[in-house]
Amino acid sequence: MKLTNSKRLERLHDRYQNGDVSRRTFLTLTAAAAAAAGLDMPWMRQALAAVEEVRFDGWGGTVQDAIDKYAFQPYTAKTKLKVVQGTFGDEDEIITKIKTSKPGDYQVIHSSGVNYYIKYVNAGLTSEINEANIPNMVNVLQPMIEPFRKLTPKLSAVPYDYGTTGIAYNTKVISPEEAKEKGAALLLDKKYAGKVGGYDDMTTRVWYAALATGQDPNNLKDMDAIWAKVRETRDLAKKFWSSGAELMDLLSKGEIVVTDAWSGRVAALQDQGAPIGYLDPAGSYAWMEDMLILKGSPMAECEELINFMLDPATSIAVAEGQSYPPSLDPTKVKLTEKIEKLPAFDKTGTMKALTFADPVYWATNEDAWTKQWNRISKGA
Amino acid sequence: MLVAPVFLLLIFFLVLPIAVMAAYTFFTFVTAGVETSALTSANWHEFFTDSYYSGFLVKTLRVGAITAVLCGVLGYFPAYFIWATTFKHKWLLLLLLIVPFWISFTIRTFSWINILGEQGVINVALLKLGIINEPLPMLYNEGAVILGMLHFLLPYMILNVYVSLESIDRTLIAAARSMGCTGAQAFREVTLPLSLPGLAAGLLLCFVLAAGSYVTPQLLGSGRDALFGNLIYDTIMGELNWPMGATLSIVLFVVLGFFAAVYTRYMGMSQIVKGLGG
Repeated sequence: MKLTNSKRLERLHDRYQNGDVSRRTFLTLTAAAAAAAGLDMPWMRQALAAVEEVRFDGWGGTVQDAIDKYAFQPYTAKTKLKVVQGTFGDEDEIITKIKTSKPGDYQVIHSSGVNYYIKYVNAGLTSEINEANIPNMVNVLQPMIEPFRKLTPKLSAVPYDYGTTGIAYNTKVISPEEAKEKGAALLLDKKYAGKVGGYDDMTTRVWYAALATGQDPNNLKDMDAIWAKVRETRDLAKKFWSSGAELMDLLSKGEIVVTDAWSGRVAALQDQGAPIGYLDPAGSYAWMEDMLILKGSPMAECEELINFMLDPATSIAVAEGQSYPPSLDPTKVKLTEKIEKLPAFDKTGTMKALTFADPVYWATNEDAWTKQWNRISKGA
Repeated sequence: MLVAPVFLLLIFFLVLPIAVMAAYTFFTFVTAGVETSALTSANWHEFFTDSYYSGFLVKTLRVGAITAVLCGVLGYFPAYFIWATTFKHKWLLLLLLIVPFWISFTIRTFSWINILGEQGVINVALLKLGIINEPLPMLYNEGAVILGMLHFLLPYMILNVYVSLESIDRTLIAAARSMGCTGAQAFREVTLPLSLPGLAAGLLLCFVLAAGSYVTPQLLGSGRDALFGNLIYDTIMGELNWPMGATLSIVLFVVLGFFAAVYTRYMGMSQIVKGLGG
């Protein structure tokens, strides 16, 4: 949406009333804007009309298709503001690109929750959202917002959805009873050697090794045992996948019969009729995703887009499309039956049934563990 | 004066980026995505003292050499055929060589998954014919990686050899034949030696491209089949450790540069340029 001068002034007024800007700043900016508008210089009009699109980067595949169809397309139809989209398979990849670009080139990222939020904060890539511009945030689950606010009291991201990385298995080869009985140990079952898969990601690998060794993933005591289990899975694995598309390809083509997998991608495969079962073993890895606004972005437009995405009708449609529960509080917003049946859905709104990674604990160990995982994955 | 623009281009597009990378190798890694310009030799120390890196370097050179030699063996025959054929529309054969480049390299690499996979064309056909009972493990191993690189690099080899063959004066072969050489003898004594510059240029090109490859091992190999390029990718994109990633990049650049220099020294640069230029 092109913001008109009056709209901008209204927002400035709102910020003044909310105490976000001082009286002096408010009067100065108002006077400057009025003077500029009165002069009506050609460059002024061009400058004010400059924001015609917002850049969004996400995970691609069925997830981004749903966001595009149910959020971006209606948003563009309503506001004429285009959402230019890019995709990435691994969030570290997009962080590298952001680091090598100038502020504003990348604007909104569909980011992987608090674990990655820390990386953006450390790299000085975060912005400060004016929450008054996102009124739909009142419906967002507070337990999802709190971890972000602990890291930065002024948020740069808004939680949008959540899911789990559980166990997916081919029901033609593994029965639901066997899967339920063995749980996470399926990834270490020698019977399926050469037909095991897994996400090529340190956190997932260490998390499932923690479950296999009976350790608390947020307080690991015996790292030698963890790496031994990681190696064990590696030796049984045919391929560690690095994107949702690759995961779906490996499962649907029968290259692998059991893998840890993203709940929403498995739900998408099940919708397509693939013989794939899914279960969340005890302590399954839960994660959340957020819409993160980067430093240098057109804040008003990005906030407006996120507010639109959080509108209950939009958010529910996207959630049903991407098969991940939305960040909307089910005690405040009536969600659909389809969403309530999605894997990982928490009807209490407390999120206590899910085990999330402690962001500070994992961030502390991330560098060393990622390096070690990269080596093990290559045979070390 | 005429050299100045070329000189500036070389500085801007070659020397400057490498210099920046070289400078980065001495920066200090703080945490993922964060580094400082405080100078340190820690990255170089890690490279020289950790056998993990040298092991991958040797493996990369081995895979690059195998790929280049296979390209030479397999590429010479089609090049010779195109050169020797009396087919009126020879340009069509050359066009066929270029056609694969019209399709994305990544898609061409992905296509091998549908050929070599457990549900791929070969396994399905062999299973249906009853020749095998279990699918053959043809994917996600070093063989698949080399095959993928052969697919990608063969046109470079064929074109190099073809250009070299095309520069041969055909009267020399006729003279050899008129002096009693058989076809095979004429090929061995005249055609092959005169086409060696093209073959040598092709081998160098294929070796350097294969050793620097990272997409093919990523898609067609398992983690164990990674090459040095994959280490660089993981260090920069996965660990967000730019100083170490820059160090590994400079190492690969220097090592491949060294091999290219030694190769041209013994093959003779003029011969290789002749092969490349026809």
